[in-house]
Amino acid sequence: MKPKTADKVATGIIVFFALFIVAILLGMLGYIMVRGLSHIDWHFLTSPPQTIKEGGGIGPQLFNSLYLLVLTMIITIPLGLGAGIYMAEYAKPNRLTDTIRLVVEVLSSFPSIVVGLFGLLVIVNVFGLGFSLMSGAMVLTIFNMPLMVRVTEQAFRSVSREQKEAGLAMGLSKWKIITSILFPVALPIIVTGTILAAGRVFGEAAALLFTAGMTTPRIHFDDWNPLHAASPLNPFRPAETLAVHIWKVNSEGIAPDALEIAAGASAVLVIMVLIFNLLARWLGRALYRKFTSIK
Amino acid sequence: MTDLLRTQNLKVYYGQNEAVKGIDLNFAENSVTALIGPSGCGKSTFLRSLNRMNDEIADARQTGNIWIGDQDINAPGTDVTVLRQKIGMVWQRPNPFYKSIYDNIAFGPKYHGIRNKKELDRIVEESLRKAALWDEVKDRLSSSALSLSGGQQQRLCIARALSVNPSILLLDEPASALDPVSTSKIEELITELKQSLTIAIVTHNMQQAARVSDYTAYFYLGTLMEYGKTEIMFTNPTKPNTQEYISGRFG
Amino acid sequence: MSAKPDQPYLLRKHKTEEWIGRGYTTICVMFLIVIIISIVYFVASKGITTFTKDGVSVSEFLFGTRWSPDDNHFGAFPFIYGSFLTSLLAAAIASPLSICAALFMTEIVPTWGKKLLQPVIELLAGIPSVVYGFIGLSILVPVLRDTFPGQGIGVAAGAIVLSIMILPTITSIATDALSSLPRNLKEASYGLGSTRWQTIKGVVLPTVMPSILTGVVLGMARAFGEALAVQMVIGNAPHVPSSLFESASTLTSVITLNMSNTVMGTAQNNALWSMALILLLMTFVFIFVVRLLERRHRL
Repeated sequence: MKPKTADKVATGIIVFFALFIVAILLGMLGYIMVRGLSHIDWHFLTSPPQTIKEGGGIGPQLFNSLYLLVLTMIITIPLGLGAGIYMAEYAKPNRLTDTIRLVVEVLSSFPSIVVGLFGLLVIVNVFGLGFSLMSGAMVLTIFNMPLMVRVTEQAFRSVSREQKEAGLAMGLSKWKIITSILFPVALPIIVTGTILAAGRVFGEAAALLFTAGMTTPRIHFDDWNPLHAASPLNPFRPAETLAVHIWKVNSEGIAPDALEIAAGASAVLVIMVLIFNLLARWLGRALYRKFTSIK
Repeated sequence: MTDLLRTQNLKVYYGQNEAVKGIDLNFAENSVTALIGPSGCGKSTFLRSLNRMNDEIADARQTGNIWIGDQDINAPGTDVTVLRQKIGMVWQRPNPFYKSIYDNIAFGPKYHGIRNKKELDRIVEESLRKAALWDEVKDRLSSSALSLSGGQQQRLCIARALSVNPSILLLDEPASALDPVSTSKIEELITELKQSLTIAIVTHNMQQAARVSDYTAYFYLGTLMEYGKTEIMFTNPTKPNTQEYISGRFG
Repeated sequence: MSAKPDQPYLLRKHKTEEWIGRGYTTICVMFLIVIIISIVYFVASKGITTFTKDGVSVSEFLFGTRWSPDDNHFGAFPFIYGSFLTSLLAAAIASPLSICAALFMTEIVPTWGKKLLQPVIELLAGIPSVVYGFIGLSILVPVLRDTFPGQGIGVAAGAIVLSIMILPTITSIATDALSSLPRNLKEASYGLGSTRWQTIKGVVLPTVMPSILTGVVLGMARAFGEALAVQMVIGNAPHVPSSLFESASTLTSVITLNMSNTVMGTAQNNALWSMALILLLMTFVFIFVVRLLERRHRL
């Protein structure tokens, strides 16, 4: 083949595959939306699922997913920020730091099911928390920590050195510099990264099968005392999340409209992830603008 | 006139590399000393060592003595926090905090224990006036410091340094990133400020050194080549190397 | 000005703050280290009971093809084989696609290619794995069933679903590598009169190959550990498949399906933990390979 022809053919192939990937995504999104959106209505979003009858909803599952996300983030954010700040500001370039970096890398590469099994063994059984929101939140924290650490470290490293030096020259302690000077500058990146991490947590299922459980007890949405067994806010009750529900409906669902429920729930899940993505970008940009704006 | 700040055999190493090779230099009170010399001559490193800023660089290390009055701030075990606030510093690139104009100035005093709102207001106004910025920003103290122009930001940084009432001000090429108008404002300001402060300024601009400084120290390859009154250094330097640098033949 | 700080007060405050900051961040890092040590310790100590207590030999577990817990046969080879096969196939499908996507963004249309594909890649990365499983089950499996012999479910379905899931990993690493290439490298080649494809084939790809390989290994690692999406489409038959369109199992799918149906402490349950241990060890292998590649890349 002449070089010119080969060039054209190769370019054609590359463009074809690139567009093919776009088509895959659009196809998948289109399928979910077409199949799922028609099934989504207020009743579907708020009512409990049915085992054998038609017309089940995803109300408790949706609530569980959101509540679990909140619990997870409450544990993850302080821990992740702390460890990330350590890596960016306190760690010296030595063997210990290399080891910690390796630990973060290994932790982020563990299959989520293995993290879930660890949760089953230690948190559910040894700690005795049972299949509960709390167990789920702790496992998701392990699953999420490496990402938070990386995001935080990156965000703090992106702050110019002069910012830190300005603080030092004023006689501030390192911690004061970190919290009062560097943190506001790093915040937009941290917020963006955290929301994206939240999206990942929201869709996670494998780590939750054996920790938050695959069932939801009957809960009363008019009892908001977290100490009551039937309260939605009780962190020590089992909770099947939306993602787990999709898996369960697909593999063992016997309701006649199982496929529609899975499609509807998938659509909700994907829409939530999309919202997280857009929110992350928007909020990051808005925060950045707030700090640099003319007003 | 007394010497407020003195260095004795001050050496700075980056790893194995000796960047500043034993410098003895005195800074007279209420005067401006210009540190000049070709790039890599150690003048910025020297300036940064005066408030122990090099401590933060992982493999940097410094020996010798730095006297502020009768206190050696380079002595091992010295807590640099308290000392640093006697020494203000301004960098080449303006680096205001990502806060409002007001908070940029009030931050230091607040940290050092001043809580009274009126007192803070007074310090903010006074610092901004001293930095010749008050009239330009007095109506928008609560807007972000990053909304200011480069020259204004630099003056804000000077005001911020003044807010904790230092007796020494270190300027690391404070005007090199600014336009000519802003530069001349900064130069005027330096002349104003030396009434109450001891100032050291690193600059690449010979005219600037000649305009603002009382004394000039010429650095070359980590050593202090020549030091003297500015008008003498610029009209009649003793060493040919100094003569060549000042007249712009290299550097 | 009257900003006359009270020096002992300041020193004390300074010391306290330093102490708080260092203490707090160190505790957070310690937490990470404690977590990883306990994960390895607990999974390993549970995983080896199959061999120490239940008397299954390591070689039977790794190479035995008969999995029937009821009459005490714990050959996990079908699952190990299934895991390796699906993740290798997934990498084989995803790699060329990812390289094309990366080239599209950096070499073919650097002006708007990134604007088009970057969000697509990010969204693909963001879609939860159960949704991949659901789509695989409701679109891919029927298509495979109609086109090839068999039920549609099987290794091929698993590998295809996984390949789309790991596409973002490989693509983003390849894109980073391509966009960090020095400009003059390509210009030298163009200067000799080479076409774009000759430049890509002769100069660009060989230079970034180690990075792309890193991406491929990371993608494989992800595929190897993925559980639910594969489990939903692979069929879950506990034997070595004779064709790509035959039902099979992976380590993760067996664990997913059986962990809650077996009683803790029984031989069958312990065997599942041994499989989890294999997953854990493979993570270390993948990371080791990635580090090896990175080191070679740096030389």
